[in-house]
Formats: sequence, C-alpha cells, structure tokens
Amino acid sequence: MVVDTSKRPRPKGGGAVAFQSIFWRLPWLRPILLLTPPLAWFVAVYFASLVLLLVTAFWTTNTFTTQIVQVWNTNNFQRILDEPIYHTIIGRTLTMAAAVTVTDAVLAFPFAYFMARIASRRVQTLLFAAVLLPLWASYLARLYAWILILNHNGLLNWSLQSIGLPPANIGYTNIAMWIVFSYIWLPFMIIPTYAALERVPESLLEAAADLGARRWRTLVDVVLPLALPGVVAGSIFTFALTLGDFITPILIGGAGSSLLGNVVFDNVGIASNIPFAAALAMVPVAIMAIYLLIAQRLGAFEAL
Amino acid sequence: MKMRLFCGLAVFAVTLTACGGNANPTATTQQQPPTATMKPLDKIDPAAAKSEGQLNLIAWEGYVDDSWVKTFTANTGCQVHAQYAGSSDQMVSLMANGGGGQWDMVSASGDADLRLIYSGDVRPMNEKLIPDYQYFQTYFKNPGYNTISGIHYGISLQWGPNVLLYNTKKFKIAPTSWSAVYDPANKGLVTAYDYPITIADAALYLSKSQPKLGIKDPYELTKAQFDATVQLLTQQRQLINKYWPDASTEISMFQNGDAQIGAAWPYQTIQLLAASAPVADTIPSEGVTGWGDTWMLATKAPHPNCAYLWTAYVSTPHVQALQALFFGETPVNTKACGEMEAQSAGSCRQYHANETDASYFNTIKFWKTPITTCDDGSQNCIPYDQWVSAWTTIKG
Repeated sequence: MVVDTSKRPRPKGGGAVAFQSIFWRLPWLRPILLLTPPLAWFVAVYFASLVLLLVTAFWTTNTFTTQIVQVWNTNNFQRILDEPIYHTIIGRTLTMAAAVTVTDAVLAFPFAYFMARIASRRVQTLLFAAVLLPLWASYLARLYAWILILNHNGLLNWSLQSIGLPPANIGYTNIAMWIVFSYIWLPFMIIPTYAALERVPESLLEAAADLGARRWRTLVDVVLPLALPGVVAGSIFTFALTLGDFITPILIGGAGSSLLGNVVFDNVGIASNIPFAAALAMVPVAIMAIYLLIAQRLGAFEAL
Repeated sequence: MKMRLFCGLAVFAVTLTACGGNANPTATTQQQPPTATMKPLDKIDPAAAKSEGQLNLIAWEGYVDDSWVKTFTANTGCQVHAQYAGSSDQMVSLMANGGGGQWDMVSASGDADLRLIYSGDVRPMNEKLIPDYQYFQTYFKNPGYNTISGIHYGISLQWGPNVLLYNTKKFKIAPTSWSAVYDPANKGLVTAYDYPITIADAALYLSKSQPKLGIKDPYELTKAQFDATVQLLTQQRQLINKYWPDASTEISMFQNGDAQIGAAWPYQTIQLLAASAPVADTIPSEGVTGWGDTWMLATKAPHPNCAYLWTAYVSTPHVQALQALFFGETPVNTKACGEMEAQSAGSCRQYHANETDASYFNTIKFWKTPITTCDDGSQNCIPYDQWVSAWTTIKG
C-alpha cells in the first residue's frame, strides 16, 4: 500500500519524527532494515562459499598444470566411494571425533557439576579461570608442549622409567592424538555443561528428595536429563573441531594418523587438486549436518 | 653430455603432454609456454627498486637467512619477506595465477619448474642482468627444467642430493645401501619424507636391487614398476612411526630418539651436528635423488627490480658459498669454490663445487615431474596425480 504523506499535516518536531512515523506506519520496515546487512553478509560469506565448494567438487583439474578444468562430472565423489583408503580415513576421523567427544563429556560432567553446584563463588571463579587459561596460550605452543611430553625421550617415558615401569612409547600415534585432542577441546565441553547444570532449579532437587529419591536416583533421573542439552551442545564443538582439524595429526600423529582434514590439506597444498579436496570437504559438512539434526532433536540449541 | 640430451628429451615430452588433446601432435612440439613472448627487463633500475622497497619470496626453509638477507636489504632498500614452503607442490599452489600479484619469486625445484612454466605462473628472465651467470657450471646455465627454446624462466641457484641420515650410536658402521630403510630389523627406527616424490627414492632402490623390473628412470615408471614400488613402500610403512612433514620436525625426531635412520636433506645433518647430535649422512651405493633449484620470477611480480637485484645478489660467489654451507648443497657459480674454502676449509671438494667432478653429478637423479609420456615416447608412464593418490594410500 502506498501512503500519501503529502496531504497529511506535517507532524511538529521536524524530520526525525517524520522518519519515525514511517516506521510506525510500516512496521515491517524496521526489522528488514536491521536484518539486511547481517543477512546479506551471511548469504555472501557462508552460503556462497558452501555453494562454491559444492560446485567446485564437480569439476576436475589438468593433472600436469594443476589448473581447474570446468567440465562437469562426478568422478571426485566416485573416487571417494571407490577407494578403500578414503573409507578408512573417514572411519578414523569419525572414530576419533566420537572418542574425543565421549572422553570430554565424561571428564567435563563431574568438573562442571562441582563448579555449578558445590563450589563456593570464590572457588567457582578460580575454576573458571583455570578452564579458560589454556585457551589464552597459542594452539601450536600447546601442541609442541605435548610433543615434549609424549616423544621417545619425553617427560612421560622418563617418569615411567624413573618409577621402574616400561616406557609407554605413545608419541606419534593415534593414542597421542586422542589425548591431545581431548585436552585441547575440553574447555569447549565444560562451559556449556556448566551453563546447563547451573540452570537446574534447586526446587526440583528438593522435590526429588522429598519424594524419597536418593542422590544417585536424583542424578540419573533429574540432573542428567536436564543437563543433557548442555552436554550435546558441547559435543557439537568437540566433534566439529576434531572433524576439521589437520594440524594435530601432522604434528602429534604418526604414520597412519591422517584425518579428513589432512587429505583435504594434501590435495590443496600438495596436489593442488582443489576439486577433489572440495569433494572431500563435503564429507564433514554432510556428517555435521546429520549431527546437528540429531543435536537439535535432543534440545542442544536451547542450551547454547 | 649425456645429461643434457636426456633433459632435452624430457622437455620435448613435457611439451607434448602439456598440449595433450591437440589433434595434430607434430604441431604441438612448437607450442611455447604462455609467457614465452613476455619481454623481460632489459636493465635493473636501482632507484625503482628503492621505491618498490619490498620483495616477497616463497622459499625452501634455510634459503632466505638473515646472515645474507641483511646485507641485501642494507644495500638495496628492498625489505625481504619470505614464506617457507614444505614441498614443491605447495610452491606451485602458492604461485597460482602468476603469484597473484603478491609473490615476486619462488626458489622452485626441478619437479615444480615445468608445471610453473606451462601454467604461465612464471615469466622469462634476462640472464644478462645477472653478472655472475657467466661463471655458472655449464649444465646449470640452461638446464632443461628451467630453460625452454633458449628462454630462461629463472636463474639456477644450487643443487644437491637427498642423503641417508643415520644415528651413529645406533648404526656404528655407516649403512652402504638404502636397504637399511626397508629392513624389518629397523622397525620403529625409520623415517621418510612425507611427500609423493619419496616414491622415486624407492624406485631408485628397486632399479638396483631388482634389476628384473627394468627401472631406468625413477620418475618414469610403468604400471608394473609403479605397483612394485608402492608395494615396497607399503611394507616400509610398518617400520615407520612418523613421516617427516618438514625439516624441523625431522631434526626434532632425530634429537628425541623418535627416528634413527631415514632420507634427509643435508640441511638436517648440518643443523643436527651443530646441536651436537650423534648423526652422520651418506650417499648409498644405489645413488640418490636430488634437486636443482631455480629462482623464478612470478608473472605478476609487483617488485621486479628488487627481484632482479636479489637474483644477482644470491648468484655472487660470497652469497652462493654462504648458502651452500648453510644448507649443505652445491653452488652453481664455479667462483664460489674459493669462497667456500675461505669460509670452511675442504668444503669445496666436500660439496663437489668444482665443475670437473661429473662422476658425482651423475649419481644424482634430479627431481622432475612424473608425466604420462615416457622417455621413449610411449604413453605408459604413471603421471604425478597417481603418485599423489598412491602416497595417500601408502601413508594410510
């Protein structure tokens, strides 16, 4: 509807009021003006790059000059389906992401529970600082610290041997990778779990006690279900971050530690085969889409 | 010289492949790289270099060291920024689109050069602007990997071998054969370069240990030869805890006991010896693979005058000797021999920097890009993209 403002008497107070009256008359205008810039940015940056990735995955490269040849085909996806090595690597990546997520959930829950429900205000603040402290140090510095701990002549083997135990020799293995991933992503699990636990109303726990539930019963039937969305929200971080990482496998992993991120990196950085890398990169995108769908069903987005 | 003929053939073959798909194969040999007609600079303008003020280099670790960069910056006013690349292929991808208007030069090895030239990412250079060019070893004035139809797509820099590095405490007697890195007795001690060109190292070993396979050139493998090589490397994978992705990682692995034997660049040996690690390196009886490096100028280089000044500077005997001793490689400038002796007595002979020593030169199989066309013109050889996917499979 076109509103003819010229025939109406001009409101007193000048242009600013006239400007506001437009918003009053057209209530949908304000949200549109507010949302357009972030929405445009979102579409341009997130959506367009994903579409570009998908489109590139259907192209191929000149194997000699490594320049992209824009001929449509599904060879890249066929290769991922056909060659057993890519099944192995996808399987290894999923297993690693799942193992890290479960480890972090198990470690984070008692910690977050203590922080949210038992610790005094003062201790709570201290624990918060302790959880966040490692995030202030560079990611690479923490990886190199772990190499020093885990390598052949490292702190771990030295400690084991000095108390008369055989050396563990887990440097440059998948076990080393699992430990380091679990360490690095732990804060991302603790914080959402803590947030969820803190929101469990005290009255529910009292009601459970009044109805005769013991501590374990209350924990399993009241606290856990209410905290689950927080744990699932944390798992989105730990799972997605492990799924996409390629630096930890290069530095901490050994032979046979390649994850999807490494194969993508090798195909861009070493082989310059960007279309194949794009096809491979669609695999974690698909896995995360499924994962987020399940997480949404479990109510994770309410805990974020 | 046998080597030169061989490289000429390789260039011929590459030209064929690069123009694959053309209906008339005889015409394609005439095809020149996309930048062949670009006119190089005919003189360096030091004033222009001052106003450029910058030089952005893609280089191997150890190629742009403060010990010779500082003097260059002080003399020319060109501030040097270096990005270290871990592999030839990383160099090729960084140089995409003529260096993207960001990069000026790349210190590419022979296995990257032809790819850079034929994708038009590098441009011809004027060798007359490099005063020391006249003193270069004859082969490195026009090597097939950087010179096509007399046009120089870069100026040769240094060359050297990929050696066998070992811990002298573990291996009291120097290994004489590459068989040491394939021997199950050394399980857990072995390492190898995490890069598809490592396949050539294994092929070189098989060319001597299994002559029946008939491997003549480790970069030109038929299906049967390639499969046998991949099989050897798949067995070797059981002996390896970690492949080294870059020089510093291999250095730390040897220092910490995570590796005791494996292929390396002389750079690692020198760094380890400087840190008093018990290591030595050797050239096994089967010979070695090696590299010949070239400073190449990006097609869209934003600071060409600084780039030429840099190339001229690193070609001078003094800097050639500095870099040779720093990295452990051989300078192309024959005048560098005296400088090397002055900086470290006996080093000229150690690195075979005197031109006449062709027997050493001939033991090195220089890196080049594997392509479908074999040396004899047949189309049976395994091209590089299959090396890359085989390498993913070998590593597991």
